[in-house]
Amino acid sequence: MNSLIFRTIAPLIVAVMLVFSIYVCLRGHNEPGGGFIGGLIAASAMAILGMSGGAGEARRALRIDPLAIAGFGVFIAGLSGLLSLFTGTPFMTSIWVYLELGQTTVPLSTPMVFDIGVYFVVFGTISAVALALEGEEGP
Amino acid sequence: MDYVLAILVGCFVALGVYLLLSRSVIRMLIGMTILGNGVNLLIFTAGRLTREIAPIVPAGLDQPDGPIANPLPQALILTAIVIGFAMFSFLLVLAFRAYQSLDADNTDTMRVAEPVNEPNPPLSY
Amino acid sequence: MDASIALVAIAPFVAALLAPFIHRLARPYAGWVLALVPAGIFLFLLTLIAPVVAGGAISARIGWVPAFDLDLSFFVDGLSLTFALTISGIGTLIVLYSGAYLKGHPHLGRFLGFLLAFMGAMLGLVLADNMLALFMFWELTSVTSFLLIGFDHTRQAARRGAIQALVLTNIGGMALLVGAILVHQLTGCWDMSALGDDVRANGFYGLTLALFLVAAFTKSAQVPLHFWLPNAMEAPTPVSAFLHSATMVQGGVYLLARTTPWLGGTEAWTLILVCFGGATLLWGGLGALRQTDLKQMLAQTTLASLGLSVLLIGLGTEAAIAAMLLYFVAHALYKAGLFMVVGAIDHEAGTRDITILGGLADRMPVTFIGAALASLAMIGLPLTLGYFAKEEMYLGLMHWQWSDIAVLAVLLAGNAMLAGVAMLVLVKPFLGPVLPTPKLAHEAPIAMLAGPIVLGGAGIVASVMTDWLGHTLVEPGAAAILGETVSSHLTLTINPASPLLWLSIATWALGYLVYRQAAVLRTLLRRFEAGLGWTADTVFDAVMFGLIRFSGAVTRLLHHGRLEIYLATVFAGLALALIAPLGLLNGYDVLLPNADLGNWSAKLSWPQLQPYEWGVMALALIGLGAVLLATNRLVAILALGIQGTSVALIFLLFGAPDLAFTQFMVEVLSVVILALVMTRLRLDELDQRPLEDLARDGILALVCGAGVSLLLMVVLSGTLDTRLSDLFTATSVPIAHGHNIVNVILVDYRGFDTLGEISVVMAAGIAVMALLRRRNKPAVPASPAPRRRRKAES
Repeated sequence: MNSLIFRTIAPLIVAVMLVFSIYVCLRGHNEPGGGFIGGLIAASAMAILGMSGGAGEARRALRIDPLAIAGFGVFIAGLSGLLSLFTGTPFMTSIWVYLELGQTTVPLSTPMVFDIGVYFVVFGTISAVALALEGEEGP
Repeated sequence: MDYVLAILVGCFVALGVYLLLSRSVIRMLIGMTILGNGVNLLIFTAGRLTREIAPIVPAGLDQPDGPIANPLPQALILTAIVIGFAMFSFLLVLAFRAYQSLDADNTDTMRVAEPVNEPNPPLSY
Repeated sequence: MDASIALVAIAPFVAALLAPFIHRLARPYAGWVLALVPAGIFLFLLTLIAPVVAGGAISARIGWVPAFDLDLSFFVDGLSLTFALTISGIGTLIVLYSGAYLKGHPHLGRFLGFLLAFMGAMLGLVLADNMLALFMFWELTSVTSFLLIGFDHTRQAARRGAIQALVLTNIGGMALLVGAILVHQLTGCWDMSALGDDVRANGFYGLTLALFLVAAFTKSAQVPLHFWLPNAMEAPTPVSAFLHSATMVQGGVYLLARTTPWLGGTEAWTLILVCFGGATLLWGGLGALRQTDLKQMLAQTTLASLGLSVLLIGLGTEAAIAAMLLYFVAHALYKAGLFMVVGAIDHEAGTRDITILGGLADRMPVTFIGAALASLAMIGLPLTLGYFAKEEMYLGLMHWQWSDIAVLAVLLAGNAMLAGVAMLVLVKPFLGPVLPTPKLAHEAPIAMLAGPIVLGGAGIVASVMTDWLGHTLVEPGAAAILGETVSSHLTLTINPASPLLWLSIATWALGYLVYRQAAVLRTLLRRFEAGLGWTADTVFDAVMFGLIRFSGAVTRLLHHGRLEIYLATVFAGLALALIAPLGLLNGYDVLLPNADLGNWSAKLSWPQLQPYEWGVMALALIGLGAVLLATNRLVAILALGIQGTSVALIFLLFGAPDLAFTQFMVEVLSVVILALVMTRLRLDELDQRPLEDLARDGILALVCGAGVSLLLMVVLSGTLDTRLSDLFTATSVPIAHGHNIVNVILVDYRGFDTLGEISVVMAAGIAVMALLRRRNKPAVPASPAPRRRRKAES
């Protein structure tokens, strides 16, 4: 795990994986993917980072406590459901907004926010577990 | 081909149960994972198998143009996999902690909560 | 009106919550401040007298659980108002008294809180119309009385008394609940005021009656369920004065009176109540003579009085009901007063033993006056309420039938014993030569004197105002119980020709005889008790300890602490649940070749699988086999990864790319964290199980696996209900704007489920962190270090 090659190449892999995870998460509504898979990919990236440079390094790179990220995910997932209160419809009724940005139309919706919440929960929880185990001393 | 998978599911469950009945905590943990996989496959197979056609509506269409795989069991299993993994990591850490504090990975020697020959509660008010 | 009646029951609870704080603020005056609450309730209830006398009942109704058509209904008629006034009136004096009696006690605030909560429960009990509300308040009185009896919880006797009272009254509470539900099933009605003859006419009348009687008899301590009441005297004296004379124990009497209109009046009712009531009356009277402890004597006479009340309700005639009402008020006034007097003696002289007290009248003159007022009412002399109660109860039996004469004899004997005890309580401690006491006796503080004097005075005043008493107490109360208008005929004039007068005189004479021969009677009774060898108490203890031993044995049998046996039990259950239904419901028929099916040869043909699909299956089996046979960590981890990957491949082959990716990522992560942990754990080279365990586990595993396979095959041979899947497939794009149906289901159709599931994932993560952080040395800094330090380190 401590090889020079791995340590050098790891940040690159991690960066690519993180970008890929976001891509997978966002395309999930129409193609294979989604918050669960994206979150797992991102968590694997954090595990790799932790293995290459140590858990402390990975935590510093993350800057926020991973469990706090998970909490934030649950929070925005719940919040996305609450938004339907403003339209007078039952909890978690989806709302769609289409943003016109020049030539393209970007669809935004509460299910997307929800999926991002799922992404954060899975990413945060599993990174937290993986990093905690990596940082653990032997018995 | 369904029946082949049914038998495979049986193998998963049998091995999972066998390992769960072990007294070694680590084997129980592995058994838990395998049992979980078996149950996921059980749900998947019970929702009928369709080869290679993902439940995705082609772009530009409102309905899929032909038979597709049953999406409902897939949605159930997807969350089950992730929850199963969270459960697995929790159990793993629990076993690890138990091993550290009790110095035992055999359930027969883990008797802190239920000591052998515990006396009766006192017979008074 | 609605809210104010509910407030009567709720205000004491609020006051109870505030009591500890009020005690902290107004230390010496806490009793005075808190007494304002029951006093206010008493004054409010006084304003209800006029409407109740004039127009019958007042009812109030608050929506409780509208979905179940359940209302919190209250009902104020002559009966409930009598009880509520007594409770709040005596409650005021008791709160005052407690403040002085437990002055300086560190937990006085708590005590007053319990007392007020009890009062609220009791008021709710007598005002409730809905049977479930009645049950709720009924149980609340049990719980609060448990707290009060066990107030001095460092003494074993107090704990025992509290547990005994709780167990017994809760048995009654359960009976009441079942009875209430039964009545609701029979009549479809929760409100007692709306019940008619339906219950009596029903075939379940016997059972209903039994349930309600068990409830009433446990609460009102009727023989043979009486023994908790004397033991409850372990409570501080104010509690005995309040709960065990005037209020809680009268709850059973109240229940009987309240249920008379729709449950009473039958032969069984009369017979049972008269027999049990009479037995309790005699038992209590004899028990009182056996004692030398003043408080125990009073407790035993309370038993007798409760028996008397039950007997009178059982008779159910107009005069008996009037007597019951008068007796209830008279008893509440004099018994609470006497308990307070005894408390004062105990408090000031340091003992309650009748044989070593004497001549206190000089030292405690005001207490003596209070004791005299109460004792005379207990004896039933004219110008006291006790006199009228006694006259009325004899009046109801002037028919000269054998049954009446028998009851009359029991009443006469009981009243005589009560009168004798009253003389003992009055004369022994207060008159005669002065005896040295553990503490030098002196007069009690005013808060402790107010109770006996006010209650005794009230009894005298009420007995003089006979017309008012008849109109406001007897007539509305009896009307509520009997369901017809009743006219009172109380009078102060004494008619020498009436046999009633001579019966009264006989009572007093017999009472005096009992008083004179008290010492002889006591010796005889004690010898009898010693000869008996066991009491209800010893039976209760044996039952309780037997329960403890039994539950210990059962626990050890079922809860042996061997995990693999628990699990084997669970899986044996699973195997049974899998195999048995298939066999019983002919599930195998669809699998076995049979003539109807015809083409069963197709089932035996080689499955149509692609070679690579066979390859994946084989990979899965290899993975499983390797897991089973793994002898070191690395092989185990790798084998686990292989079987997981093969599952992912199966998902991929059968049209579930989402699942395949997820499964694959999970496998990668599993292998990573397993590798992290397993290197620090030991995996035994071999699976060390004894041969018989091996056989047991193997058979269980094979049966479970085969059961799942067979079940799945049976399921697969049936048809699939695809309505839900079809709905999702058809509407995914048009209404949910998503092409990936699985993802749409997860985040949109079943988003609420997913929200729950991600919360579970989060909770598991928190649990893991909690387990890992339980170390002394933090393995990693909990929060990311600031950027400056990072530079310094590098």
